[in-house]
Amino acid sequence: MSAPVAGRRPLRAGPVSAVWRPRTAFVVLGGLALLVLVGAASVGRGEYPIALADVLRVLAGAGSRGETFVITQLRLPRVLCGVLVGAALGVAGAITQGVARNPLTSPDVLGVTDGAGVAALAVLVLAGTGGSAVGLLAAVGLPLAALVGGLLAAALVVGLAYRQGLDAFRFILVGLGISVALVSVTSWLLVLANVQQASLALIWLRGSLNARGWEHVVPVAVVLVIVLPIAIVLAFRLDALDLGDDAARGLGERVDRSRVQLLGLAVVLAASACAAAGPIRFVALVTPQVSLRLTGGSRPPLLASAVAGALLVVTGDLVARTVLGGEVPVGVVTVVLGAPYLLYLLVRRTRKDSA
Amino acid sequence: MTGAARLSAQGVRVGYGDAVVVGGTDGLDLDVVDGTVTAVIGPNGCGKSTLLRTLARLLVPRHGHVLLDGRRLDAVPSREVATVLGVLPQDPTAPEGIRVADLVARGRHPHQRWFRQWSADDEAAVAEALAWTDMTGFAERTLDTLSGGQRQRVWISMALAQGTDVLLLDEPTTFLDLAHQVDVLELVGRLHRERGRTVVMVLHDLNLAARYAGRLVAMRDGEVAAVGTPHEVLTEDTVRDVFGLDARVVDDPVAGTPMVVPIGRHRPATGRTPVITGVTEDAPG
Repeated sequence: MSAPVAGRRPLRAGPVSAVWRPRTAFVVLGGLALLVLVGAASVGRGEYPIALADVLRVLAGAGSRGETFVITQLRLPRVLCGVLVGAALGVAGAITQGVARNPLTSPDVLGVTDGAGVAALAVLVLAGTGGSAVGLLAAVGLPLAALVGGLLAAALVVGLAYRQGLDAFRFILVGLGISVALVSVTSWLLVLANVQQASLALIWLRGSLNARGWEHVVPVAVVLVIVLPIAIVLAFRLDALDLGDDAARGLGERVDRSRVQLLGLAVVLAASACAAAGPIRFVALVTPQVSLRLTGGSRPPLLASAVAGALLVVTGDLVARTVLGGEVPVGVVTVVLGAPYLLYLLVRRTRKDSA
Repeated sequence: MTGAARLSAQGVRVGYGDAVVVGGTDGLDLDVVDGTVTAVIGPNGCGKSTLLRTLARLLVPRHGHVLLDGRRLDAVPSREVATVLGVLPQDPTAPEGIRVADLVARGRHPHQRWFRQWSADDEAAVAEALAWTDMTGFAERTLDTLSGGQRQRVWISMALAQGTDVLLLDEPTTFLDLAHQVDVLELVGRLHRERGRTVVMVLHDLNLAARYAGRLVAMRDGEVAAVGTPHEVLTEDTVRDVFGLDARVVDDPVAGTPMVVPIGRHRPATGRTPVITGVTEDAPG
């Protein structure tokens, strides 16, 4: 009687069951392999170039002492930071787009990025007076301020948008409004800043992996290890939320509670990414959509988005350091890649709406 | 009419903002009789959908409450309700590019957990729901490649996979042509006959409602104006009172259920004499 359902091969072990999605598995594993290669290539690039094979040997624990020092202390933290920040942004974007049911949404819309920007700039400009103080603030105060600023702005957006429930369209509109207000505060702070502060601020505002050490890696890693499993558990509820409020309630889902919880996770991920590397824009917007097209599902996939996000940031950083030369912030590259994609999405959407 | 109703509204008053839409005077009472197909009919804006949405706990009544198996609906955990009471909203949205089998499988949501997303029970229920609605061959098609009628079958299939004893359908035939309306209602009829499901649906077409529902609830201005079998409810007097329409009610030549024929004023010049006797022949124009 239990005929198999076409296209939904089961994967079962004891009480655990899932649908086997070979395409998603292939994308995630292939992406991870690619990530290791690009990451290793990125580790090898620098004033003292190290061949790919040597990098892999060092990572396996069998390198010379000099190479091991350069790699583990100087190069690896930067690349790992890129991997973790990219993964956090990818997942945050996938969750936000899943909740909003809108491919043009990202945690940026929740005010996370601009809130973090204002807070970081306020620390740089109002508290930092140059010299060693700036160095200390940049190391400890800046990431913390960015984290708090991002969380506060998002809380403000969700709080203002909540009216007997959290409507996706309303939080997008409120988020856009708050973002605009925050951007103008950013501009005002830049006007107040002296030349040295302003140049530091501008680099931070583009999102950069320059001079990132283990102290930047560890906090994002901790956040990801805690939040990603929760996100995977809660994302199951999107199966119902996808179908609209009425149908989701009909399937027994508590719509508003689930939406707030899921957005909360996205905000924490995006804010901690921002704290570690500054606002690297478009990663959270683009990678969930790319992953969606690669995996062929009906909603941005979490794990594939994480891998794609990591890959985009690490590749972008490698491109910034090799093709463009010098210390171009990775955020510049992701914007250059992301802006045309956003236009493509807009055009495609407008065509479909008018069709 | 009372007896052992699993689902009933007790003095409910529902509204949006300041306006009370249903149960304005002293609340609305309604028992959904088990194992029947009930159609809620009434003119536009009479509160049919509001009543259905209240029964489906999509709207919270200001006064009174809805009882499910003797318990207040708002006191039962949402997921538990969803294993007894299924809802097909008027305009459900499907994610872009979703395939038929994946959408039908969403109906299993209340039975699933994050680690148990495709159990043997889920698979059996989905396979059966697809077969029952004749959509097995479409399992791997995406929803946007299907016609409106086929899509509605998929949504009903999803509601079926949910495996609830009670099914609430909000205008399941809107936007469908007559053939597909009949097709969907035949499916609803089979659900009731072969599965013993209790169905409540909002319908606009009185003749189809009389044909496919064993029980009609006629509403006017947010109150129940008449309840009973189609023959009890669809009388010329009730149609005039509820819809403000002068009509003749005759027996449906196919099923013998009441059929409402509006009198109106317009008579096209067909050159044939009306079959229905007693209609005053007004001069056209």
